[in-house]
Amino acid sequence: MMPQTPLVVVEQVNKYFGEMQALKDINLSVDKGEVVVVIGPSGSGKSTLCRCINRLETLDSGTITIDGVPLPEEGKALAAIRADVGMVFQSFNLFAHKNVLKNVTMGPIKVRGKSRSEAEAEAMELLKRVGIAQKAQSYPAELSGGQQQRAAIARALAMNPKVMLFDEPTSALDPEMIKEVLDVMVELATEGTTMIVVTHEMGFARSAAQRVVFMDGGEILEIAPPQQFFDSPQTERAQDFLSKILAH
Amino acid sequence: MEVLLNNLDSFGSGLRLTVALALTSFSGALAIGLVIAAFRVSPVPPLRAAGAFYVETIRNIPPLVLLLVFYFGFPDIGIVYSEFVSAALILAIYTAAFVGEAIRAGINTVSRGQAEAARAIGLTFTQTLGLVVMPQALRSVVPPLGNLFIALVKNTSLASVISVAELTFISKRLITSTAQGLLVFLGTAIAYLILTLPAGWVIGRIEQKVSIRR
Repeated sequence: MMPQTPLVVVEQVNKYFGEMQALKDINLSVDKGEVVVVIGPSGSGKSTLCRCINRLETLDSGTITIDGVPLPEEGKALAAIRADVGMVFQSFNLFAHKNVLKNVTMGPIKVRGKSRSEAEAEAMELLKRVGIAQKAQSYPAELSGGQQQRAAIARALAMNPKVMLFDEPTSALDPEMIKEVLDVMVELATEGTTMIVVTHEMGFARSAAQRVVFMDGGEILEIAPPQQFFDSPQTERAQDFLSKILAH
Repeated sequence: MEVLLNNLDSFGSGLRLTVALALTSFSGALAIGLVIAAFRVSPVPPLRAAGAFYVETIRNIPPLVLLLVFYFGFPDIGIVYSEFVSAALILAIYTAAFVGEAIRAGINTVSRGQAEAARAIGLTFTQTLGLVVMPQALRSVVPPLGNLFIALVKNTSLASVISVAELTFISKRLITSTAQGLLVFLGTAIAYLILTLPAGWVIGRIEQKVSIRR
């Protein structure tokens, strides 16, 4: 067999916000079907990395390729790549003026050119899968946070993305709702969806990740399988971080 | 009073022309203003600069001067339009600068995440603006656009200086023939109120209608 080329390749990426260096020489590659969880303290650059992968943030240097194609400049080609990269945000960002069904069908209709009936049938399947089919006609403001986030996951999945990015998907949720969102994510992971997940949910990292990436100060300090990372972190910084968050 | 009652016909025709002028130039102002607002939030720096240049130039020159330059100056360089078209064009161009700013302010009230989510599913910049940002922005833009419409109705009186036979022009002509300045101008003021007061009411209704659900 030919060696498989990774789906997402991040090479020597640097990113500044003014004087502050948010990302330092980041290298990371993610294979098809792999689930990579990125953890680290606030301000470690993990969200920025996630946002760079579909170019919601621009790079100052380095390259990112998705399925062999380097991210282009702003324009139609970039929009085409973004269509293949699903993104789930911390604050859900459902379109406030559209109901759930229209949120999910907008991309398939306007970007993929599907017919309304086809897009709606597929959207209803996805909404069933994330457990909110009965909320298809509701507006985002009428839903709980957990429901909104599951709708947002359905919206991203409706594009049949090659990879799903999750930018702290449960950080704005109550504990009960965290579970309902994580359940959906675990299911996606077991189905073989390629996922890059920025999160503080260590349980999810342990159970669903193939690799854990630990970031601090804009750098990747460790990349390891979850068992190895959680049981015997190599760097002092990671040991310190884990001792703090796992203390309770 | 007689001077008003005897000349209701002239007032009526002036009123109609004022309405025509206001509606034509407001449609134009909305169209140009939308483009200007899109330019000003565009990711392309030259477009942003062009938008800013338009706004800063046009809104800082008195509309009367713009009109005079266009109507009396531009024929020297071969640009000649009828009185009505000149007035409608200049009022549209002038009002568009303010419409653009009002829409841009509306765009800024829509949270950044909305546009990011739209781009993340692969919508282009134009689609993001047209399908996600503008529909939400326009809700908060209705009241300022209403103000601009009312201002525009009043600004149509400037067209009288280039002999467009709208309300103000008609009343000036009546005064020369009747010498009843107070009555005629009072009548004219009331005629403008007949246009602007209902406009304010309609704007209020539109505002209620678009703000029901979100």
